[in-house]
Amino acid sequence: MLVLTRKTGESIQIGDDIELTVISVKGDQVKLGINAPKNVDIHRKEVYLCIQEENTEASKGIDNLFNLLPKND
Amino acid sequence: MKINTKYHGEIVVKSEDVLTFEHGIPGFREEKQFVLLPLPENEWFHILQSVVTSQLGFVVTDPFVFFKDYDFELDEASLESLGKPSEKDVQVLSILTVRETLNESTANLQAPIILNMANRKGKQVILTNSDYQTKHLIFAQPAGKKG
Repeated sequence: MLVLTRKTGESIQIGDDIELTVISVKGDQVKLGINAPKNVDIHRKEVYLCIQEENTEASKGIDNLFNLLPKND
Repeated sequence: MKINTKYHGEIVVKSEDVLTFEHGIPGFREEKQFVLLPLPENEWFHILQSVVTSQLGFVVTDPFVFFKDYDFELDEASLESLGKPSEKDVQVLSILTVRETLNESTANLQAPIILNMANRKGKQVILTNSDYQTKHLIFAQPAGKKG
């Protein structure tokens, strides 16, 4: 992993169109500002992993689905 | 075209029925084409079936049937990637994690599937700054309309 040291207000440029700025640092919390093209999705990592996990779980499905789901009477 | 499906066996789908997810969905980045298949005698649930991977099918539902107060705002970037759909062309679905019984089954309200029915583009949008989670019991609230 590339490691760079930055101060508050300083930025990192990733490729042509992604800019990451350190907005503030308080204790062990870092506030980051991100400028990126709209087609780039940006998420907190743990949230993204959580969605990934839920999708994987949901994809397993179950064998007796048709029996389980209520029919419209 | 003919496709093999997880729950419906081999079926024929029209190419105009295919929904395109340009970036797949989280965990399934390579899955860019799905079709929405109805379930026999059941209008509450559908299957979001991968066109390419026969064993990949998600049980989905209209979340507003089960969660009447479900409410969120779509971010600009997502709207743009869907081709700026007008309100009437937007369809919202939630992926269900189906358990042994429906009472234990949950809906992912944190990451709804948003479809633009006009251009048939879809995206699973991860809501930020909302209190919704990935597991909401679908029958925790009074059920919506009955058959």
